[in-house]
Amino acid sequence: MRSFLPAYDMRVPLELDEALETMAREPGEWKPFAGGTDIMVLLEQGKLADRKFLSIARLKGLRGFTVSDDHVTLGAMMTYRQVQATTILQQEFPLLCRAACETGGIATQNRGTLGGNIANASPAADSPPALLIYDAELELVSAQGARWVPYAGFHVGYKKMNMRPEEMIRNIRLPRTKKNWRQYYRKVGTRRAQAISKVCFAGAALVDNGGITGARIALGSVAPIPLRCRKTEALLQGPLSTEMIQASADQLEREIQPIDDFRSTARYRARVGQKLLEEFLLGLMTTPAGRPA
Amino acid sequence: MPETAKLAVSFQVNGQPHTVEAYPMARLLDVLRRDLRLTGAKEGCGEGECGACAVLIDDELVNSCLVPVAQVEGCKITTIEGIAGETLHAVQEAFIECGAAQCGICTPGMVLAAVALLERHSAQPTEDDIRSGLAGNLCRCTGYMRIFEAILQACEKRAGADA
Repeated sequence: MRSFLPAYDMRVPLELDEALETMAREPGEWKPFAGGTDIMVLLEQGKLADRKFLSIARLKGLRGFTVSDDHVTLGAMMTYRQVQATTILQQEFPLLCRAACETGGIATQNRGTLGGNIANASPAADSPPALLIYDAELELVSAQGARWVPYAGFHVGYKKMNMRPEEMIRNIRLPRTKKNWRQYYRKVGTRRAQAISKVCFAGAALVDNGGITGARIALGSVAPIPLRCRKTEALLQGPLSTEMIQASADQLEREIQPIDDFRSTARYRARVGQKLLEEFLLGLMTTPAGRPA
Repeated sequence: MPETAKLAVSFQVNGQPHTVEAYPMARLLDVLRRDLRLTGAKEGCGEGECGACAVLIDDELVNSCLVPVAQVEGCKITTIEGIAGETLHAVQEAFIECGAAQCGICTPGMVLAAVALLERHSAQPTEDDIRSGLAGNLCRCTGYMRIFEAILQACEKRAGADA
């Protein structure tokens, strides 16, 4: 059933201070609204619990990106289309570009934003596994000021975030440290385009003299939150072997907590997650650095 | 329950200025169809999956079922009604020549997705570009091949005209 429109409100502030003051006056009452590609679906289904929204689309300073020697910093309102089209992201953060290409169709990519994808906090979102691989940090702002928090640890439970009700995400910062890592991203859904993930896998490894000296594994849709698999990563050290692939696949199954739902089954998700890990590892010997397999 | 007041929102549609009074979270799709009587954009799924409600906002393809009207203040919107000039758009001509429409529900969105695709690719789009450009538009009749062929034909005609 459709929602009753007069029960919902939206304001469109032009200044960040104005938005933050509104949020500070009534903490939790006003929710930031970016591209709306998730929120509007709930509205149409009559399931939108929040009532008051602040469009952050017109705020200055939430779009675009900056580059320093150590970081690339992306505004929270950067759309998926903009992410795909940004050369430095293609060169140094290809997994994020792949995630951006595989989220929805063009119309969704034109509206959907990186900040919105994070704050919507879906465990099936496509960008979080990439952000976990890259050690992303988030800048949270409120009327009281700004603070940086690591993205790992930001999601603390299903749709629960380490963010106060009067805060919003202003920037996403990526350390420029993975350029020479071999990188892999694969999303498995019902069809190739525009499906919501059954499993989404991002991996990166530093390979030196035929041995792995650093590894990152993160998955979507296999736990209540986007999951970095540190115990699996710990097994990926030294020369690649059949034993290493088997042991890490076994560990991965212990580390994830997939469920049965309308998109897939726990068993399928676990098996596919393991096969994606295997494909990533086998590809390490052939994929050039910095390119997603 | 306190009721939100309607909001006056001004924007351009197909080159014409409009001001509507609407609830801020009203979907652009409903405002176009009900308030402005522009019924070319169709409602298919109402959740951004099917592309039947596609329009261009500031020349970018979007699903109008996912846009609250409060967010389009000052924007330039193009619907299927604004695609033809004195004559049909090359994409529309190609759809007719290739028989790319059957029931027609998806056609306005398909044409807008194709127009946006041609705008994004000033050079010839690849077959992959065309497929991903249409990935957000569902058709239950044609099997897509004739739509795909129509867009190829429109691209080839444009390349021929440029040569």
